[in-house]
Amino acid sequence: MDAHIQVRDLNAFYGKLQALKEVNIEIPKNQITVIMGPSGCGKTTLLKTFNRFLELTENTRLTGEVLVDGQNIYDREVDVTEVRKVVGLLAQRPSPLPMSIYDNVAYGMHIHKMKKDRKEYKAAVRHYLEIAGLWEEVHQRMHDPATSLSIGQQQRLCLARGLAVEPEIILGDEPTSALDPISSQNIEARLLDLKKQYTTIIVTHTLRQTKRLADYVIYM
Amino acid sequence: MGMKKKHFERRHLVEGFVKFLMYVAFVIVAGTLGLILWTVISRGFPSLTWNMVSQVPKGGYYMGKEGGILNAIIGSAYLATGGTLLAILLSLPIALYLKAYLGDSKWGEYVRLSLDVLWGIPSIVYGAFGFALMIMLGMRASLLAAIIVLALVELPIMTRAMDEVIRRMPADLEHAALALGSTKFEVALRVVTRQMLPGIVTAILLAFGRGIGDAASVLFTAGYTDRIPTSLMRPTASLPLAVFFQLGSPYAEVRERGYAAALILTIVVLVVSFGARGLSARLSKYAVK
Repeated sequence: MDAHIQVRDLNAFYGKLQALKEVNIEIPKNQITVIMGPSGCGKTTLLKTFNRFLELTENTRLTGEVLVDGQNIYDREVDVTEVRKVVGLLAQRPSPLPMSIYDNVAYGMHIHKMKKDRKEYKAAVRHYLEIAGLWEEVHQRMHDPATSLSIGQQQRLCLARGLAVEPEIILGDEPTSALDPISSQNIEARLLDLKKQYTTIIVTHTLRQTKRLADYVIYM
Repeated sequence: MGMKKKHFERRHLVEGFVKFLMYVAFVIVAGTLGLILWTVISRGFPSLTWNMVSQVPKGGYYMGKEGGILNAIIGSAYLATGGTLLAILLSLPIALYLKAYLGDSKWGEYVRLSLDVLWGIPSIVYGAFGFALMIMLGMRASLLAAIIVLALVELPIMTRAMDEVIRRMPADLEHAALALGSTKFEVALRVVTRQMLPGIVTAILLAFGRGIGDAASVLFTAGYTDRIPTSLMRPTASLPLAVFFQLGSPYAEVRERGYAAALILTIVVLVVSFGARGLSARLSKYAVK
Protein backbone atom coordinates (compact mmCIF):
# COMPACT_ATOMS: atom_id res chain seq x y z
CA MET A 1 0.00 0.00 0.00
CA ASP A 2 1.27 3.41 -1.01
CA ALA A 3 0.48 5.71 1.92
CA HIS A 4 -0.39 9.32 1.03
CA ILE A 5 -1.13 10.45 4.56
CA GLN A 6 0.50 9.04 7.67
CA VAL A 7 -0.85 9.93 11.09
CA ARG A 8 1.55 9.39 13.98
CA ASP A 9 0.69 9.49 17.69
CA LEU A 10 -2.01 12.07 17.12
CA ASN A 11 -3.81 13.53 20.13
CA ALA A 12 -6.36 16.34 19.91
CA PHE A 13 -7.90 18.30 22.74
CA TYR A 14 -10.81 20.72 23.03
CA GLY A 15 -9.86 22.51 26.21
CA LYS A 16 -9.46 19.67 28.68
CA LEU A 17 -11.52 17.21 26.66
CA GLN A 18 -9.44 14.77 24.66
CA ALA A 19 -11.14 14.06 21.33
CA LEU A 20 -8.44 11.95 19.68
CA LYS A 21 -6.13 9.62 21.54
CA GLU A 22 -2.96 8.13 20.09
CA VAL A 23 -4.21 7.84 16.53
CA ASN A 24 -1.86 6.00 14.17
CA ILE A 25 -3.16 5.39 10.66
CA GLU A 26 -2.08 5.43 7.05
CA ILE A 27 -4.31 6.59 4.24
CA PRO A 28 -3.61 5.00 0.85
CA LYS A 29 -3.00 7.09 -2.25
CA ASN A 30 -5.71 7.41 -4.89
CA GLN A 31 -8.26 5.32 -3.04
CA ILE A 32 -11.41 6.18 -1.15
CA THR A 33 -11.07 5.80 2.59
CA VAL A 34 -14.25 6.08 4.63
CA ILE A 35 -14.23 7.03 8.30
CA MET A 36 -17.16 5.61 10.26
CA GLY A 37 -18.18 5.53 13.87
CA PRO A 38 -20.81 6.65 16.35
CA SER A 39 -21.62 10.32 16.90
CA GLY A 40 -19.07 12.19 18.95
CA CYS A 41 -16.25 9.68 18.45
CA GLY A 42 -14.00 12.21 16.75
CA LYS A 43 -14.51 11.45 13.04
CA THR A 44 -14.85 15.07 12.04
CA THR A 45 -12.06 16.06 14.41
CA LEU A 46 -9.74 13.59 12.71
CA LEU A 47 -10.76 14.93 9.30
CA LYS A 48 -10.11 18.49 10.46
CA THR A 49 -6.55 17.62 11.43
CA PHE A 50 -5.79 16.79 7.78
CA ASN A 51 -6.29 20.36 6.50
CA ARG A 52 -5.42 22.12 9.75
CA PHE A 53 -9.01 23.22 10.26
CA LEU A 54 -8.96 22.22 13.90
CA GLU A 55 -7.00 25.36 14.75
CA LEU A 56 -9.95 27.49 13.60
CA THR A 57 -11.78 26.37 16.73
CA GLU A 58 -10.69 28.15 19.87
CA ASN A 59 -8.99 26.28 22.69
CA THR A 60 -7.85 23.33 20.65
CA ARG A 61 -4.51 21.65 21.07
CA LEU A 62 -2.78 18.99 19.06
CA THR A 63 0.20 16.73 19.53
CA GLY A 64 1.71 14.23 17.11
CA GLU A 65 2.26 14.36 13.38
CA VAL A 66 0.26 14.31 10.18
CA LEU A 67 2.51 13.60 7.21
CA VAL A 68 1.39 14.27 3.67
CA ASP A 69 3.86 12.77 1.21
CA GLY A 70 6.26 12.48 4.11
CA GLN A 71 6.02 16.17 5.10
CA ASN A 72 4.57 16.98 8.53
CA ILE A 73 1.89 19.60 7.85
CA TYR A 74 2.24 20.91 11.41
CA ASP A 75 5.90 21.80 10.92
CA ARG A 76 6.66 25.41 11.70
CA GLU A 77 7.93 26.24 8.23
CA VAL A 78 4.86 24.82 6.51
CA ASP A 79 2.48 27.45 5.14
CA VAL A 80 -1.07 26.64 6.20
CA THR A 81 -2.52 28.02 2.97
CA GLU A 82 -0.33 25.57 1.02
CA VAL A 83 -1.66 22.70 3.14
CA ARG A 84 -5.22 23.70 2.38
CA LYS A 85 -4.44 24.05 -1.31
CA VAL A 86 -3.18 20.47 -1.41
CA VAL A 87 -5.92 19.13 0.88
CA GLY A 88 -9.36 20.21 -0.38
CA LEU A 89 -12.56 20.05 1.64
CA LEU A 90 -16.12 19.28 0.67
CA ALA A 91 -18.19 20.44 3.62
CA GLN A 92 -21.39 19.02 5.04
CA ARG A 93 -23.51 21.81 3.64
CA PRO A 94 -22.53 23.55 0.43
CA SER A 95 -21.29 27.02 1.20
CA PRO A 96 -21.01 29.05 -2.01
CA LEU A 97 -19.00 32.25 -1.82
CA PRO A 98 -20.92 35.53 -2.20
CA MET A 99 -20.13 35.87 -5.90
CA SER A 100 -21.17 34.55 -9.28
CA ILE A 101 -21.01 30.91 -10.35
CA TYR A 102 -17.98 31.71 -12.50
CA ASP A 103 -16.17 33.59 -9.74
CA ASN A 104 -16.78 30.79 -7.25
CA VAL A 105 -14.74 28.43 -9.39
CA ALA A 106 -12.19 31.07 -10.39
CA TYR A 107 -11.68 32.37 -6.83
CA GLY A 108 -9.18 29.75 -5.67
CA MET A 109 -7.21 29.90 -8.90
CA HIS A 110 -7.07 33.68 -8.59
CA ILE A 111 -5.74 33.78 -5.05
CA HIS A 112 -3.05 31.23 -5.91
CA LYS A 113 -2.38 33.01 -9.24
CA MET A 114 -2.54 29.72 -11.07
CA LYS A 115 -3.35 30.96 -14.57
CA LYS A 116 -1.89 33.59 -16.86
CA ASP A 117 -4.83 35.35 -18.48
CA ARG A 118 -8.62 35.51 -18.69
CA LYS A 119 -8.74 32.94 -21.45
CA GLU A 120 -6.94 30.38 -19.34
CA TYR A 121 -9.19 31.09 -16.37
CA LYS A 122 -12.27 30.71 -18.51
CA ALA A 123 -11.10 27.42 -19.91
CA ALA A 124 -10.20 26.13 -16.45
CA VAL A 125 -13.56 27.15 -14.99
CA ARG A 126 -15.30 25.23 -17.75
CA HIS A 127 -13.03 22.23 -17.28
CA TYR A 128 -13.76 21.91 -13.56
CA LEU A 129 -17.48 22.53 -13.95
CA GLU A 130 -17.50 19.69 -16.48
CA ILE A 131 -15.67 17.40 -14.08
CA ALA A 132 -18.21 18.24 -11.38
CA GLY A 133 -21.00 17.48 -13.86
CA LEU A 134 -22.45 20.97 -13.62
CA TRP A 135 -21.37 22.65 -16.86
CA GLU A 136 -24.44 21.67 -18.88
CA GLU A 137 -26.75 23.12 -16.24
CA VAL A 138 -24.97 26.41 -15.68
CA HIS A 139 -23.02 27.42 -18.79
CA GLN A 140 -25.66 29.91 -19.86
CA ARG A 141 -25.88 31.60 -16.46
CA MET A 142 -22.26 31.83 -15.35
CA HIS A 143 -22.74 35.31 -13.92
CA ASP A 144 -25.79 34.53 -11.82
CA PRO A 145 -25.25 34.43 -8.07
CA ALA A 146 -24.11 31.02 -6.89
CA THR A 147 -26.92 31.06 -4.35
CA SER A 148 -29.45 30.88 -7.19
CA LEU A 149 -28.49 27.22 -7.68
CA SER A 150 -30.24 24.35 -5.91
CA ILE A 151 -28.52 22.80 -2.90
CA GLY A 152 -27.45 19.80 -4.95
CA GLN A 153 -26.01 22.02 -7.67
CA GLN A 154 -24.29 24.14 -5.04
CA GLN A 155 -22.53 21.09 -3.66
CA ARG A 156 -21.26 20.18 -7.13
CA LEU A 157 -20.15 23.81 -7.53
CA CYS A 158 -18.23 23.48 -4.27
CA LEU A 159 -16.63 20.33 -5.65
CA ALA A 160 -15.61 22.16 -8.84
CA ARG A 161 -14.31 25.07 -6.78
CA GLY A 162 -12.27 22.74 -4.61
CA LEU A 163 -10.82 20.81 -7.57
CA ALA A 164 -9.88 24.04 -9.35
CA VAL A 165 -7.00 24.72 -6.96
CA GLU A 166 -5.55 21.32 -7.99
CA PRO A 167 -5.52 19.50 -4.66
CA GLU A 168 -4.14 15.99 -4.27
CA ILE A 169 -6.44 15.02 -1.45
CA ILE A 170 -10.21 15.51 -1.09
CA LEU A 171 -11.80 15.50 2.33
CA GLY A 172 -15.55 15.01 2.56
CA ASP A 173 -17.32 15.71 5.84
CA GLU A 174 -20.63 13.92 5.30
CA PRO A 175 -20.75 15.63 1.92
CA THR A 176 -24.15 14.27 0.95
CA SER A 177 -26.02 14.50 4.24
CA ALA A 178 -27.76 17.76 3.31
CA LEU A 179 -28.68 16.61 -0.19
CA ASP A 180 -31.65 14.83 -1.73
CA PRO A 181 -31.13 11.22 -2.93
CA ILE A 182 -30.52 12.12 -6.58
CA SER A 183 -28.02 14.87 -5.76
CA SER A 184 -26.29 12.50 -3.34
CA GLN A 185 -26.00 9.88 -6.05
CA ASN A 186 -24.55 12.52 -8.32
CA ILE A 187 -21.86 13.50 -5.81
CA GLU A 188 -21.04 9.85 -5.11
CA ALA A 189 -20.66 9.19 -8.82
CA ARG A 190 -18.24 12.13 -9.09
CA LEU A 191 -16.18 10.88 -6.18
CA LEU A 192 -15.90 7.43 -7.77
CA ASP A 193 -14.88 9.02 -11.09
CA LEU A 194 -12.21 11.07 -9.38
CA LYS A 195 -10.64 8.45 -7.16
CA LYS A 196 -7.95 7.48 -9.64
CA GLN A 197 -6.49 10.96 -9.45
CA TYR A 198 -7.22 11.95 -5.88
CA THR A 199 -6.83 10.49 -2.46
CA THR A 200 -10.31 10.75 -0.98
CA ILE A 201 -11.32 10.61 2.67
CA ILE A 202 -15.00 10.66 3.54
CA VAL A 203 -16.75 10.84 6.88
CA THR A 204 -20.19 9.30 6.68
CA HIS A 205 -22.97 7.94 8.84
CA THR A 206 -24.54 5.77 6.17
CA LEU A 207 -23.46 2.17 5.92
CA ARG A 208 -24.80 1.91 2.38
CA GLN A 209 -22.73 4.84 1.27
CA THR A 210 -19.67 3.21 2.79
CA LYS A 211 -20.39 0.03 0.85
CA ARG A 212 -20.78 1.94 -2.38
CA LEU A 213 -17.69 4.12 -2.02
CA ALA A 214 -15.10 2.64 0.28
CA ASP A 215 -11.89 0.94 -0.69
CA TYR A 216 -10.79 1.17 2.93
CA VAL A 217 -12.76 1.82 6.10
CA ILE A 218 -11.53 3.36 9.32
CA TYR A 219 -13.86 2.49 12.14
CA MET A 220 -13.51 4.69 15.18
CA MET B 1 -64.48 14.41 15.34
CA GLY B 2 -63.64 15.68 18.75
CA MET B 3 -62.95 19.21 17.65
CA LYS B 4 -64.85 21.89 19.49
CA LYS B 5 -66.84 24.34 17.48
CA LYS B 6 -65.36 27.77 17.41
CA HIS B 7 -66.98 29.79 20.09
CA PHE B 8 -66.26 32.94 21.95
CA GLU B 9 -63.43 32.57 24.41
CA ARG B 10 -61.25 34.90 26.40
CA ARG B 11 -58.13 34.08 24.37
CA HIS B 12 -59.88 35.03 21.15
CA LEU B 13 -60.81 38.33 22.72
CA VAL B 14 -57.17 38.88 23.73
CA GLU B 15 -55.96 38.06 20.24
CA GLY B 16 -58.44 40.46 18.70
CA PHE B 17 -57.42 43.19 21.10
CA VAL B 18 -53.70 42.74 20.42
CA LYS B 19 -54.34 42.83 16.68
CA PHE B 20 -56.30 46.03 17.14
CA LEU B 21 -53.39 47.57 19.08
CA MET B 22 -51.01 46.69 16.25
CA TYR B 23 -53.27 48.38 13.71
CA VAL B 24 -53.48 51.46 15.93
CA ALA B 25 -49.69 51.57 16.25
CA PHE B 26 -49.31 51.28 12.49
CA VAL B 27 -51.87 54.01 11.82
CA ILE B 28 -50.15 56.35 14.28
CA VAL B 29 -46.72 55.80 12.72
CA ALA B 30 -47.85 55.97 9.10
CA GLY B 31 -50.21 58.86 9.86
CA THR B 32 -47.47 60.89 11.53
CA LEU B 33 -45.12 60.39 8.61
CA GLY B 34 -47.90 61.35 6.22
CA LEU B 35 -48.77 64.46 8.21
CA ILE B 36 -45.15 65.60 8.35
CA LEU B 37 -44.74 65.15 4.62
CA TRP B 38 -48.07 66.85 3.96
CA THR B 39 -47.21 69.88 6.12
CA VAL B 40 -43.80 70.30 4.56
CA ILE B 41 -45.04 69.85 1.01
CA SER B 42 -48.21 71.90 1.22
CA ARG B 43 -46.52 74.84 2.93
CA GLY B 44 -43.08 74.59 1.35
CA PHE B 45 -43.88 73.79 -2.25
CA PRO B 46 -45.53 77.14 -3.17
CA SER B 47 -42.43 79.13 -2.18
CA LEU B 48 -39.93 76.65 -3.60
CA THR B 49 -38.31 78.41 -6.53
CA TRP B 50 -35.27 77.81 -8.67
CA ASN B 51 -33.65 80.87 -7.13
CA MET B 52 -33.89 79.26 -3.73
CA VAL B 53 -31.64 76.35 -4.64
CA SER B 54 -29.34 78.22 -7.00
CA GLN B 55 -28.48 81.46 -5.17
CA VAL B 56 -26.96 82.52 -1.90
CA PRO B 57 -28.91 85.04 0.21
CA LYS B 58 -28.70 88.57 -1.11
CA GLY B 59 -29.00 91.73 0.96
CA GLY B 60 -32.36 91.80 2.70
CA TYR B 61 -33.04 88.09 2.09
CA TYR B 62 -34.14 87.64 5.65
CA MET B 63 -36.67 90.41 5.21
CA GLY B 64 -38.24 88.75 2.20
CA LYS B 65 -36.03 90.03 -0.61
CA GLU B 66 -34.06 88.24 -3.33
CA GLY B 67 -31.76 85.26 -2.92
CA GLY B 68 -31.74 81.60 -1.93
CA ILE B 69 -30.20 79.10 0.43
CA LEU B 70 -27.52 77.57 -1.74
CA ASN B 71 -25.08 78.41 1.07
CA ALA B 72 -27.00 76.10 3.42
CA ILE B 73 -27.40 73.32 0.85
CA ILE B 74 -23.69 73.27 0.03
CA GLY B 75 -22.81 73.74 3.69
CA SER B 76 -24.93 70.76 4.75
CA ALA B 77 -23.46 68.64 1.97
CA TYR B 78 -19.95 69.49 3.19
CA LEU B 79 -20.85 68.94 6.83
CA ALA B 80 -22.62 65.62 6.39
CA THR B 81 -20.08 64.27 3.91
CA GLY B 82 -17.14 65.31 6.06
CA GLY B 83 -18.72 64.04 9.26
CA THR B 84 -19.65 60.74 7.63
CA LEU B 85 -16.18 60.16 6.15
CA LEU B 86 -14.56 60.92 9.48
CA ALA B 87 -17.02 58.63 11.26
CA ILE B 88 -16.27 55.79 8.80
CA LEU B 89 -12.57 56.05 9.64
CA LEU B 90 -13.41 55.34 13.28
CA SER B 91 -16.50 53.15 13.00
CA LEU B 92 -15.24 50.52 10.61
CA PRO B 93 -12.14 49.64 12.65
CA ILE B 94 -14.19 49.63 15.87
CA ALA B 95 -16.80 47.35 14.34
CA LEU B 96 -14.15 45.01 12.93
CA TYR B 97 -12.30 44.98 16.24
CA LEU B 98 -15.55 44.17 18.04
CA LYS B 99 -16.15 41.24 15.71
CA ALA B 100 -12.63 39.90 15.53
CA TYR B 101 -11.38 40.32 19.09
CA LEU B 102 -14.17 41.14 21.53
CA GLY B 103 -17.01 39.14 20.02
CA ASP B 104 -19.74 38.39 22.53
CA SER B 105 -17.38 38.65 25.49
CA LYS B 106 -18.08 40.82 28.55
CA TRP B 107 -15.90 43.61 27.16
CA GLY B 108 -17.66 43.42 23.83
CA GLU B 109 -20.99 43.89 25.59
CA TYR B 110 -19.61 46.88 27.56
CA VAL B 111 -18.48 48.53 24.34
CA ARG B 112 -21.88 47.91 22.75
CA LEU B 113 -23.66 49.28 25.80
CA SER B 114 -21.51 52.42 25.73
CA LEU B 115 -22.26 52.94 22.06
CA ASP B 116 -25.98 52.51 22.69
CA VAL B 117 -25.81 55.10 25.47
CA LEU B 118 -23.93 57.49 23.18
CA TRP B 119 -26.58 56.89 20.53
CA GLY B 120 -29.23 58.03 22.97
CA ILE B 121 -27.54 61.26 24.01
CA PRO B 122 -29.33 64.29 22.52
CA SER B 123 -27.26 66.02 19.89
CA ILE B 124 -27.44 69.39 21.67
CA VAL B 125 -25.21 67.77 24.29
CA TYR B 126 -22.71 66.88 21.60
CA GLY B 127 -22.97 70.45 20.39
CA ALA B 128 -22.30 71.83 23.86
CA PHE B 129 -19.43 69.41 24.32
CA GLY B 130 -17.95 70.46 20.99
CA PHE B 131 -18.39 74.10 21.91
CA ALA B 132 -16.61 73.66 25.23
CA LEU B 133 -13.80 71.84 23.47
CA MET B 134 -13.52 74.60 20.86
CA ILE B 135 -13.19 77.25 23.55
CA MET B 136 -10.50 75.20 25.27
CA LEU B 137 -8.58 74.89 22.02
CA GLY B 138 -9.20 78.50 21.06
CA MET B 139 -11.05 77.51 17.90
CA ARG B 140 -13.79 79.54 16.26
CA ALA B 141 -17.03 78.14 14.88
CA SER B 142 -15.95 76.48 11.65
CA LEU B 143 -16.68 73.78 9.12
CA LEU B 144 -13.94 71.63 10.66
CA ALA B 145 -15.26 71.91 14.22
CA ALA B 146 -18.77 71.02 13.10
CA ILE B 147 -17.52 68.10 11.03
CA ILE B 148 -15.75 66.69 14.09
CA VAL B 149 -18.84 67.04 16.27
CA LEU B 150 -21.08 65.54 13.58
CA ALA B 151 -18.68 62.61 13.28
CA LEU B 152 -19.11 62.05 17.01
CA VAL B 153 -22.90 62.17 16.63
CA GLU B 154 -22.77 59.68 13.76
CA LEU B 155 -20.17 57.37 15.26
CA PRO B 156 -22.40 55.32 17.61
CA ILE B 157 -25.14 54.87 14.99
CA MET B 158 -22.72 53.82 12.31
CA THR B 159 -20.64 51.55 14.54
CA ARG B 160 -23.62 49.71 15.99
CA ALA B 161 -25.28 49.34 12.58
CA MET B 162 -22.03 47.95 11.14
CA ASP B 163 -21.53 45.74 14.18
CA GLU B 164 -24.97 44.18 13.75
CA VAL B 165 -24.18 43.53 10.09
CA ILE B 166 -20.69 42.13 10.59
CA ARG B 167 -21.83 39.92 13.46
CA ARG B 168 -24.11 38.13 11.07
CA MET B 169 -21.22 37.03 8.86
CA PRO B 170 -21.72 33.26 8.54
CA ALA B 171 -18.70 31.30 9.82
CA ASP B 172 -19.26 28.71 7.08
CA LEU B 173 -18.43 31.31 4.49
CA GLU B 174 -15.09 32.18 6.06
CA HIS B 175 -14.29 28.49 6.41
CA ALA B 176 -15.18 27.82 2.80
CA ALA B 177 -12.70 30.45 1.67
CA LEU B 178 -10.04 29.29 4.13
CA ALA B 179 -10.45 25.70 2.92
CA LEU B 180 -9.32 26.84 -0.54
CA GLY B 181 -6.08 28.12 0.92
CA SER B 182 -6.98 31.80 1.38
CA THR B 183 -5.11 33.90 3.88
CA LYS B 184 -7.25 35.68 6.48
CA PHE B 185 -6.60 38.95 4.69
CA GLU B 186 -7.88 37.52 1.40
CA VAL B 187 -10.96 36.27 3.21
CA ALA B 188 -11.59 39.73 4.67
CA LEU B 189 -10.94 41.54 1.40
CA ARG B 190 -12.59 39.26 -1.12
CA VAL B 191 -15.29 37.45 0.83
CA VAL B 192 -16.31 39.34 3.98
CA THR B 193 -16.55 42.71 2.26
CA ARG B 194 -18.52 41.21 -0.63
CA GLN B 195 -20.94 39.60 1.75
CA MET B 196 -21.23 42.55 4.12
CA LEU B 197 -20.87 45.54 1.79
CA PRO B 198 -24.61 46.12 1.36
CA GLY B 199 -25.12 46.27 5.11
CA ILE B 200 -22.10 48.49 5.62
CA VAL B 201 -23.33 50.89 2.94
CA THR B 202 -26.73 51.00 4.64
CA ALA B 203 -25.06 51.77 7.97
CA ILE B 204 -23.05 54.61 6.41
CA LEU B 205 -26.06 56.17 4.71
CA LEU B 206 -28.17 55.83 7.85
CA ALA B 207 -25.56 57.84 9.73
CA PHE B 208 -25.32 60.32 6.85
CA GLY B 209 -29.08 60.88 7.10
CA ARG B 210 -28.78 61.58 10.81
CA GLY B 211 -25.85 63.90 10.21
CA ILE B 212 -27.41 66.02 7.49
CA GLY B 213 -30.59 66.56 9.46
CA ASP B 214 -29.02 67.45 12.77
CA ALA B 215 -29.41 71.07 13.83
CA ALA B 216 -28.40 71.10 17.49
CA SER B 217 -24.87 69.79 17.06
CA VAL B 218 -23.97 72.40 14.44
CA LEU B 219 -25.71 75.30 16.17
CA PHE B 220 -22.65 76.42 18.16
CA THR B 221 -19.97 74.64 16.22
CA ALA B 222 -20.57 75.60 12.58
CA GLY B 223 -21.94 79.08 13.05
CA TYR B 224 -23.92 80.48 10.16
CA THR B 225 -22.97 82.57 7.18
CA ASP B 226 -24.40 83.71 3.87
CA ARG B 227 -21.27 82.64 2.03
CA ILE B 228 -20.38 79.24 0.74
CA PRO B 229 -17.41 78.11 2.83
CA THR B 230 -14.07 78.13 1.03
CA SER B 231 -11.97 76.64 3.81
CA LEU B 232 -12.31 74.22 6.70
CA MET B 233 -11.59 77.06 9.11
CA ARG B 234 -14.51 79.19 7.95
CA PRO B 235 -17.99 79.01 9.46
CA THR B 236 -20.71 77.47 7.34
CA ALA B 237 -24.48 77.53 6.95
CA SER B 238 -26.53 74.34 7.15
CA LEU B 239 -30.02 73.32 6.05
CA PRO B 240 -31.44 72.52 9.50
CA LEU B 241 -30.37 75.93 10.78
CA ALA B 242 -31.69 77.61 7.63
CA VAL B 243 -35.05 76.10 8.49
CA PHE B 244 -34.74 77.13 12.11
CA PHE B 245 -33.75 80.75 11.47
CA GLN B 246 -36.31 81.35 8.75
CA LEU B 247 -39.19 79.82 10.68
CA GLY B 248 -38.38 82.20 13.54
CA SER B 249 -38.72 85.22 11.29
CA PRO B 250 -41.46 87.81 11.84
CA TYR B 251 -41.91 88.08 8.03
CA ALA B 252 -44.54 85.71 6.62
CA GLU B 253 -42.76 85.12 3.29
CA VAL B 254 -39.53 84.24 5.08
CA ARG B 255 -41.41 81.69 7.20
CA GLU B 256 -42.85 80.19 4.03
CA ARG B 257 -39.32 79.92 2.68
CA GLY B 258 -38.45 78.12 5.91
CA TYR B 259 -40.93 75.44 4.93
CA ALA B 260 -39.43 75.33 1.47
CA ALA B 261 -36.01 74.80 3.06
CA ALA B 262 -37.51 72.01 5.18
CA LEU B 263 -38.90 70.49 2.00
CA ILE B 264 -35.44 70.57 0.40
CA LEU B 265 -33.94 68.90 3.47
CA THR B 266 -36.68 66.26 3.47
CA ILE B 267 -36.11 65.55 -0.21
CA VAL B 268 -32.37 65.15 0.38
CA VAL B 269 -32.98 62.73 3.26
CA LEU B 270 -35.55 60.76 1.25
CA VAL B 271 -33.23 60.53 -1.75
CA VAL B 272 -30.43 59.30 0.49
CA SER B 273 -32.72 56.71 2.13
CA PHE B 274 -34.06 55.36 -1.13
CA GLY B 275 -30.60 55.53 -2.64
CA ALA B 276 -29.33 53.44 0.27
CA ARG B 277 -32.04 50.85 -0.27
CA GLY B 278 -31.43 50.67 -4.00
CA LEU B 279 -27.67 50.51 -3.66
CA SER B 280 -27.72 47.85 -0.98
CA ALA B 281 -30.20 45.76 -2.98
CA ARG B 282 -27.83 45.97 -5.94
CA LEU B 283 -24.78 45.14 -3.90
CA SER B 284 -26.48 42.21 -2.22
CA LYS B 285 -27.11 40.40 -5.50
CA TYR B 286 -24.35 37.93 -4.74
CA ALA B 287 -24.63 37.90 -0.95
CA VAL B 288 -25.36 34.56 0.67
CA LYS B 289 -28.55 34.67 2.68
